[in-house]
Order: sequence, then C-alpha cells, then structure tokens
Amino acid sequence: MKNIIQAKKIEKTFKDGVIETKVLRGIDLNVREGEFVAIMGRSGAGKSTLMYQLSLLDIPSNGELIIDGIDVLKLNNQQKTDFRLEYLGYVFQDYALVPELTAVENVSLPLLMRGIAPKDAFIKAEEVLHELDLHRQVHNLPNQLSGGEQQRVSIARAIVDEPKIIFSDEPTANLDSISARIVIDILKKLNRKGQTIVMVTHEEEYGKETDRIIRLSEGVIEREDILNKDRFL
Amino acid sequence: MIDLKTLKVAWFLGYRQIKRASVWTNVLIIIIMVLTFLNLVVVSGLLVGLIEGAVAANKKYYTGDIIISKLKENNSIQNSREIISTIENTPGIKSFSPRYLVSGLVEANYRNRTNFDDVAEEVGVIITGINPDREDQVTGIASLVIEGEFLEPDDFDKVIVGALMLEKYLDINSPGFLVLRNVEIGSKIRLKIGNSVREVTVKGITKGKVDETDRRIFMNDVQLRSMMDRNDLNVGEIAILVDSKHNPETVRDILINNGLDKFAQIQTFEDAQPKFLLDIKRTFTLLGTIISSIGLAVAAITVFIVIFINAITRRKYIGIMKAIGVNGKVIELAYVFQSLIYAIVGSIVGLFLVYFLLIPYFDNNPINFPFSDGILVAPALITTIRVFILIIVTALAGYIPARIIVSKNTLDSILGRK
Repeated sequence: MKNIIQAKKIEKTFKDGVIETKVLRGIDLNVREGEFVAIMGRSGAGKSTLMYQLSLLDIPSNGELIIDGIDVLKLNNQQKTDFRLEYLGYVFQDYALVPELTAVENVSLPLLMRGIAPKDAFIKAEEVLHELDLHRQVHNLPNQLSGGEQQRVSIARAIVDEPKIIFSDEPTANLDSISARIVIDILKKLNRKGQTIVMVTHEEEYGKETDRIIRLSEGVIEREDILNKDRFL
Repeated sequence: MIDLKTLKVAWFLGYRQIKRASVWTNVLIIIIMVLTFLNLVVVSGLLVGLIEGAVAANKKYYTGDIIISKLKENNSIQNSREIISTIENTPGIKSFSPRYLVSGLVEANYRNRTNFDDVAEEVGVIITGINPDREDQVTGIASLVIEGEFLEPDDFDKVIVGALMLEKYLDINSPGFLVLRNVEIGSKIRLKIGNSVREVTVKGITKGKVDETDRRIFMNDVQLRSMMDRNDLNVGEIAILVDSKHNPETVRDILINNGLDKFAQIQTFEDAQPKFLLDIKRTFTLLGTIISSIGLAVAAITVFIVIFINAITRRKYIGIMKAIGVNGKVIELAYVFQSLIYAIVGSIVGLFLVYFLLIPYFDNNPINFPFSDGILVAPALITTIRVFILIIVTALAGYIPARIIVSKNTLDSILGRK
C-alpha cells in the first residue's frame, strides 16, 4: 500500500503579539491508502491542529506535506480549494451543514461544484443518503434533523464525490451513544470499501476500532498503537 | 474569470438563501428597496412635475401645439389674412384660434368714486379679442371659467377677466402689482384703448394657472376690432392645435417652409416655453437628483449592513463551504444574486406603484400649487436608468461585505476565530 499522506517535520506556531505558542513540534507521519487512522490525545495535545494541517484547512509554520504525490503546500489558495474539492472530504464535530439547504442539497453541493448537472447531482446525492438510511429525510432542512441524522448527512456530503481521504474531526462528540455507534459503523464500512479515513477523537472506545491510533502529547507523537497489523504489515 | 458553473452554483445558493430566509426579513428588505426606488423616481418626478404641470397648462390653455406670434419689430402679425388662409390649407391642423391683442387700461369702481382728485383704480392689461367657439376648440378656455359664464359669439359689451387681475384671487399688496378690487360677476368696468373708452360687464372669470391668460381680459373679436381703430385685420397671436397623426414640429416646419416666418414667429409649445420655466426645471431636476442620491446612498448602506450581518453570522458556514471546495467567487456571487433579487423585486413593485397607482392618481388629483397643478413625471428612459443605477448600487452593496467575509481565513471562519 502506498503512503497517501506523507508529513515531514510539521510544525505549527501561533503568535499573539510577542507570545509564541508551539502547538506542533515536528510531526512525522505517513498514512497509507485505505488506512483508518485515529489521532488521539488529551485536550490541548494538538490533535485537531494536526488534522487541520493535514487536511489543508491551515498552513503549517514549517514542514513538508505530500498528498497523493502532490506537494500541497506549494499550491495557491484557489488550487488548494480545488484540491480539497477533488481529493478530500470533511466530517465536522458539529455537522456543519448549510442551514438553508435541504439534506439532498447539502450533499449535492460538492457535485455541483465539480460541474455535474443539478439533476444528476441530486440523483447521486439521494443514492448516498439512501445508503446511509436517510431516505425519509432527503428533503429535510438541517433544523428538521436529529444530531445523528445531521452527522450522517455530513458523512454523505463528505463521500458523495468519492474523495481519496476523509478527515473527520470528533464526529461522535456531539452524539448520543446510539447515534455515535451508527456513525462509527458507517465510517468502518466505508473504510472496508477502501476509503482512507483520518479521524480525531478523544473517545478510546472508537479509537480502538481503527487500524492505528496516533497518540499526541504536547505537540509531538507520543506513541503509535497499531491495531490491525494483518492489514498493513 | 467567472464561468457558467460558478454562476449556476452561486444562483443555487443565493436563491435558496432568500427562499428559506425569514419572510419578514425578505419583506423588510424589499420594502426598503421599494422606498428607495420611490425616493429615486417620485421625489424628482414630483419636483419636475410641478414645472411640467406649468408647461402642460401653458400648452393646453395658451399656446396650443403651435403658437404664431408677431415679430418683435411689429405690433401685430403682418399679412394675417394670408397666414390664416395658409393655415386653413395646411394638413395636420385640427383647429386654430386667431387672437387680436391690444394693450389698454381697465378701470374699476369708478361709479363709486366721489372725489375726482383720487387716483383712478386702473390696471394695465392685454385685451384679447377672440372668436369664443374657435378659442374654446383650441384651448378649452370655457372650462377655465371659475365664476360666471363664458362668452357667446353674439355677446356685446361683455368680457371675461383673468383671475390674476382680481384682488380676490391675487391678494398681493404691492405698488408694482396692481389688481382690481371688488370686481364680481356683473360688475361694470371700463376698458380704455387709446382714445376709445368702453364700459363693459364682467360675464366670467377664468383661472388656468397660466399667467398669459390669467392676466388678460377676453372679449369678442368683432367688438375689439371696432375699438382698436385699425382696419388691417392683423391679429396678435394664432394658437394652433395639431391632429393626432401629426407632430407639432412637422407642422411648424411646413408653415415655415411656406414662408410664414417672414411675417411671424412660428414656435411649437416647446419652443415657446418661458425661459424661467426651463431654469426652474433644471434646478428642480438637480434638487431631485441630490435628494435621490442621498436616498440611494442610504439604501446602499442599508443593504450593505443587512448583507454584512447576514454574512458575518454565517461566517462559519462560509468557512465550511470553502473547506468542502466551494470557491470564494461562488459565495460572493451568491450574495450578489441575493442583492439583485431584492433590488429587482423592489424595483418591479416600485414600477407598478409608480405607473399604475401614483401617476394615474396625480393625473386625476394634481397637487394644487399656486403656479401649476403638479403631476408626477416619470419618463420611461429616465426611470429605466434609475432602476439600472439602483440595481448596480445594490449589487455592489451586497458584494463588498461578502468579499470582506469570504476573504477571511477558512479555518478562522470555521472556528469563529478573529
């Protein structure tokens, strides 16, 4: 399996006037194609910050980042937006659905941005929503959906245009245990089909269901727990 | 460069944002746009309308479509008989009214004057001799009679007095602006033309808010000719009404090409507009533009604030959309489309109100100003330009705040960081 993400010596420093806070201190990390990786750590360990750097939502202060063979830190803003559209999918902790769009419209948005005709985009979006057992909520607005349903719509939006990597930031943090279980099962099912997933979580229970846990502490990788040796070694 | 895909997705987002926004928010913004439109069109339209009302009255009650008047060097229109004959044979002329004009004095209350050392109550006046039927066909003068009755063709020693000759209609206490006191219907007044003095009875009083007619005295042309001590039959003015198939300019040119301009000044009603009216019109247009511009600026700021608040409260979602690959241009254009929808809907409602409600209303109920009956003037071309300006300004007012928010760092927007 090739490394789809190669991060070398990633650093992130926040400046507030003269005060500098180093949140990431030279992270070296590879993620293989088809791998399900959990990034874990205590609050303030830098796990979300690392995910933002890996997912091109932020720019590292130092380091090198290659995704699918492309040196993404050399891309300009527009190229990064296009790259995110083509290569990456996002699932956020608070679902982050556009409030004035229905479930199917939210899901079809990445397809429309790729130039797919609205009719075809809606058909594809509905198919994905059906797969995630949301066939009755297709035309509901986000405020007409439960938290678990919103998170499933968010996953549908992330996977609808078949990105190479899904980044998921605490996808179960706002959910009850039943909804959280459903979301994790969906992510595992996607991963079994070959989807690369990088998930930030603070819940040990869900972290253990991935292939590998990367444990951060004070901006460095403290330890890596390989949970599914058979799959990648 | 904005491609079709960008426009389509921007419309997709912008339209849905309006469709699913609060009805009251939409109604409020559209009301603001309608009021802005009305401010742009109606304020200046009414100001100009005051003057247009005066111009329209001047045309309707005095000049007709074309007015033929004497050359400056003459006392009357030379060869009037030949000119009238040419007019009768010119195509496109619906009706015309030759008017004999003579300067004179009118004296009132002489019967009550006991002391002949007192100054006589005399006012200078242009006495106008008309054929009542012809004049009424051209100017509808009979409809201007506010007291008494209009002249009959066989009336003798009877006159119609313009309202501005009378104190009861023009209460100005100025030595340079003399008016007749205590003159009513049936009052006897004396007309003095040169050495000729004639006592006549006031049969009617006219008021048309046109100085030229409201400060004249009208009588039958046959009687006036007999008082003028002139045998040439030359008239002082000829007002002409053109039929609906011809325009005044064409008929004026035909008359000029027939050589009538050697004997008289031939003008359309527009040519004959008093210069002061044109000056006031220009001033009012400028005033209207200034007031409208202030209204436009207020509307632009309002739309800016509305869109800015909308965009800033949706900053997180703007960040999310950017994160999932919706580029900034799409989001900015979505806000521009929203602004355009508000501006276009506001303008359509405004156009409906102006052309189907306000203009017919003011046509039927003109604003009663001392010098004119004010109407609402909104020429299609000028209104179109103003709609266009409103739409452009609104689109800009929507674009700028959206641009400010969209240009923020994506992650900062998602996390709500400054």
